[in-house]
Amino acid sequence: MSASLIFLIVVALAAVGFVLGRGRAMASAGGDIRNLHSLPSYYAFNVALSALVPALILLVVWLIAQPALIENRVQSMIPQDRYADRGELSLIMSDVRRVADGLDLAVERDALTREEASSIRTEFTDVRSRLADIGVALGSDVDRTTLTAAQRYRALNATGNAIRNALVILAALAGLGLSLWKTNHEFRARNSVEKVVMALLIGAASLAILTTVGIVLSLIFNTVEFFKLYPAMDFFFGTTWSPSFGGGSELGILPLFWGTFYISLIALAVAVPIGLFAAVYLSEYASPYVRGFAKPLLEVLAGIPTIVYGLFALLTVGPLLVSVFGEQGGLGWMQGGTAVMTAGLVMGIMLIPFVSSLSDDIINSVPQSMRDGSLGLGATKSETIRQVVLPAALPGIVGAVLLAASRAIGETMIVVLGAGAAARLSLNPFDAMTTVTAKIVSQLTGDADFASPEALVAFALGMTLFVITLALNVFALWIVRTYREQYE
Amino acid sequence: MYDSPNSEAKIGQKAIKISANKVQVYYGDTHAIKDVDVQIEDKTVTAFIGPSGCGKSTFLRCLNRMNDTIDICRVEGEILLDGEDIYDKRVDPVQLRAKVGMVFQKPNPFPKSIYDNIAYGPRIHGLARSKADLDDIVEKSLRRGAIWNEVKDRLHAPGTGLSGGQQQRLCIARAIATEPEVLLMDEPCSALDPIATGQVEELIDELRENFSVVIVTHSMQQAARVSQKTAFFHLGNLVEYGMTGQIFTNPNDPRTESYITGRIG
Ligand SMILES: Nc1ncnc2c1ncn2[C@@H]1O[C@H](COP(=O)(O)OP(=O)(O)O)[C@@H](O)[C@H]1O
Ligand SMILES: [Mg+2]
Repeated sequence: MSASLIFLIVVALAAVGFVLGRGRAMASAGGDIRNLHSLPSYYAFNVALSALVPALILLVVWLIAQPALIENRVQSMIPQDRYADRGELSLIMSDVRRVADGLDLAVERDALTREEASSIRTEFTDVRSRLADIGVALGSDVDRTTLTAAQRYRALNATGNAIRNALVILAALAGLGLSLWKTNHEFRARNSVEKVVMALLIGAASLAILTTVGIVLSLIFNTVEFFKLYPAMDFFFGTTWSPSFGGGSELGILPLFWGTFYISLIALAVAVPIGLFAAVYLSEYASPYVRGFAKPLLEVLAGIPTIVYGLFALLTVGPLLVSVFGEQGGLGWMQGGTAVMTAGLVMGIMLIPFVSSLSDDIINSVPQSMRDGSLGLGATKSETIRQVVLPAALPGIVGAVLLAASRAIGETMIVVLGAGAAARLSLNPFDAMTTVTAKIVSQLTGDADFASPEALVAFALGMTLFVITLALNVFALWIVRTYREQYE
Repeated sequence: MYDSPNSEAKIGQKAIKISANKVQVYYGDTHAIKDVDVQIEDKTVTAFIGPSGCGKSTFLRCLNRMNDTIDICRVEGEILLDGEDIYDKRVDPVQLRAKVGMVFQKPNPFPKSIYDNIAYGPRIHGLARSKADLDDIVEKSLRRGAIWNEVKDRLHAPGTGLSGGQQQRLCIARAIATEPEVLLMDEPCSALDPIATGQVEELIDELRENFSVVIVTHSMQQAARVSQKTAFFHLGNLVEYGMTGQIFTNPNDPRTESYITGRIG
């Protein structure tokens, strides 16, 4: 029986429990729901959830744990002299899994009987050709260790699955029986359903947090690996970025960092004033009608995938800038379409709806009584906005700007297409430069060896970026908090 | 604390500050104020009373054109301030509001320091020639707002940090600082405790010397305590307008009497 079938069985048991629970509760109340502590549906849900939740948790844990355990057991069957390092071992193991899968398929297609599959020997059977007959292609002949390992793998899997199935169904039945036994008109089904709901919510929240922790841990782990191979001082303070997979790379973060900073700065210089003014217009001056279509329109702009903005940078903005600031324009500042300016402008355009939408919400949340107070003193609308509304909204706006900065720093596609790939420390905004994110992509794509510093540096770059955006967000929160203390 | 009939007679002869004739107000299709005629006297406290929803705030907001800020609101009729129609095209509502100040139901200090709250109006209207001048205006306004002693040591602390009653007196002082001629107050004490209410009422009584004060209140005791003239509104109509003492002791209209004795509310 497969896991999905077990799942369906558990669900069916829960459905049965739902009906039984309801019936039993009604019976114990003598058919009168006023005698029940909770509404009948709570008793029904209580029984259904008791059957469902523990069984499913068991199933999920089993599904995660079993492959890891079996892998371990089978690995120990492979003799030490067959492999030199972990990489080779994992190659052998993937062979084992393929053979095991092939045998499964063969049994399914009746090319082999169950007994044959677990007893065939390389000495007597050409496993490779028999598997090829049913469409499983193997890279090399199957040797004895691999075949016995694969057979062991299948055997372990089969017992594991059988035990799993039995235990999961047993858990569902136990939950069902226990909760049915507890069901009577005095049982506080409402409260116990409440607890389960809370547990589910906590579960969802912790899953999100655990995932984040997992991501951070994997970043940290790989970053540490990188710093074992490459000195941290050279990484943080090196002014040259020239990775070469042949060795002798210089991996200084400063040029990348400067590119990120410069492009973000230009992007914010574009997005913050325009976005803010747009927000002020939308929230203070626009009629409800204009607001009704302009705001959704701006939000659509926020939904455009960044690769589209990247194309816009590459095909429109870049050439336009070259024609003005390039050789033809007579200035000769700009060599090619890809430049800090190109990426910065387009990124700024991308951030406008982000800034304006957030600021609009914040400006709207300034109480009307503030505006009334100022207008009532004979201030004009723009005086009111400048001197009362914006100062009151300032902490929120600063927060919005810092969030926009986080996005600018993390942006990749616009940089790849708009700013070029040359890591360079230059003050000229018309030079091509690149950013941390763009380099993370280029270090990990292509056939890099994942153990080399040239590939691992991507994790160190990612970690640095993560720390910076985190600091930025914390700073944003801190600003919002301190101002709030002062004003509320 | 009624004024004696004698002093009322004297007050009755004061100059007319605001004169409203046949004022109609509509919110979209709702007819909120119907045919209201009222003469508001200078250096007098006039109270607007009436059940909630009868249009007191709406009418009050007509007097400084705060209703202009509500899109669906339409005002008809004539309102004269010192004989000039305030709804005339040539009148700048912004300028008007400097002359006819307003204090709101809920204290609404700006998120600025106490000093900057008071200095807000004078700065906008260019009333101070120098920093010293401005300091002077701030102090004078805070004194007239009867809050100087409580805040003089923390002028640069945020105004939002004061208690509710102090905030409301700050807002009154802020309105006074622009040197208005009329001060409109929309239920200025409804968010305050009895002690703060007493302080604000005392203040209103003092303000009468320099301003014409119009106060909306749903407390009849308050109207009786602070006002010389009272207008009773009911369902958008001005039912009765006269000397406070007379309205409360001997009303002409049966609706006024029912309201005062607590039968409409
Ligand atoms: N902004 C508004 N939009 C639409 N109707 C309003 C608005 N303000 C007040 N009204 C309506 O006008 C009438 C008078 O309201 P209001 O002047 O606030 O009464 P009061 O201050 O006497 O309690 C009420 O019926 C109210 O529903
Ligand atoms: Mg009101």
